Amino acid sequence: MASGPVSDIYLAPSVRTAVKLLVVGHFAVGKTTFVGTLSEIPPLRTEERMTQAGALVDDLAGVHGKDTTTVALDFGRLTLSKSLVLYLFGAPGQQRFTPLWRDMAYGALGALVLTDTRRLEQSFAVMDLLEEHGLPYAVAVNRFDGAPEFAEEELREALDLLPDTPLVSCDARDTGSATRALVTLVEYLSARVEDPTELEPA
Amino acid sequence: MSGARRLKGLVRPYVVTDGRSHPSRNTFDLVTLVSAMPDRPLAGLSPERRRIVELCLLGALSVAEVAGHLHLPVSVTKVLLGDLVDSGHILTRAAVPRAAQPDSQLLREVLDGLRARL
Repeated sequence: MASGPVSDIYLAPSVRTAVKLLVVGHFAVGKTTFVGTLSEIPPLRTEERMTQAGALVDDLAGVHGKDTTTVALDFGRLTLSKSLVLYLFGAPGQQRFTPLWRDMAYGALGALVLTDTRRLEQSFAVMDLLEEHGLPYAVAVNRFDGAPEFAEEELREALDLLPDTPLVSCDARDTGSATRALVTLVEYLSARVEDPTELEPA
Repeated sequence: MSGARRLKGLVRPYVVTDGRSHPSRNTFDLVTLVSAMPDRPLAGLSPERRRIVELCLLGALSVAEVAGHLHLPVSVTKVLLGDLVDSGHILTRAAVPRAAQPDSQLLREVLDGLRARL
């Protein structure tokens, strides 16, 4: 639950449009921290019960004998202008939760992939998932103390990035740094729309 | 303990929704904005539907926020919100419609809003 005066949880009455961006990445890469750093409300969490096979558990009769698992989604909110609000969804990268991904990806402008130089290979699954959903993305290396530093070219090669995919470094705990990572993502999204020749084939 | 007994949580979601897993209308995205109509009678609403209306009477929230504040799964929240739109208790402000590409004006507004925070 939100703390503070109750009115703090609500949107300004003038807000008319809501957009969303996903913040994705492997386990413990800093997604929740990133969302919490930028959110104007205490980050919220919703949980969805799924079967291991990835189906929403949609009737009690069907549950018997099936393993179910709970998927948590963390999200936060940034009011960007009098009329526009941005929601950030910190999404788990596990492939098997596809219905949740459909829900999150639907209408999303794009995604920021957080990665950790100690576990770069763990980012492949989530990048594959974004490509399957047709979501454009930028990559942000979340800096952890003691994690190895690499030259940009080495990172691009290790992550197998397309030449125009933005790659930035950020500190998910720092508001300015996290905001700059999102600016880079949205600049990229804008450039893709304004110059359709840059679009990758669907 | 048998596997069937492992269901936990305050509410059993599909009891709350009378066994339905899909809303009566397909208009809810995670960021669809909803608010409650004032002056609608709350009598006769189930406890969960009443909690949604009471939460949304004080201002607008996204579907995801309603789910988060009330500790309900998003799928259940959508079913209940669909009922409440049908009964005239809840109004939706449509989220951005799904287009092949988001329009550049909208992206520029997002960019301006983010840059202004730096």
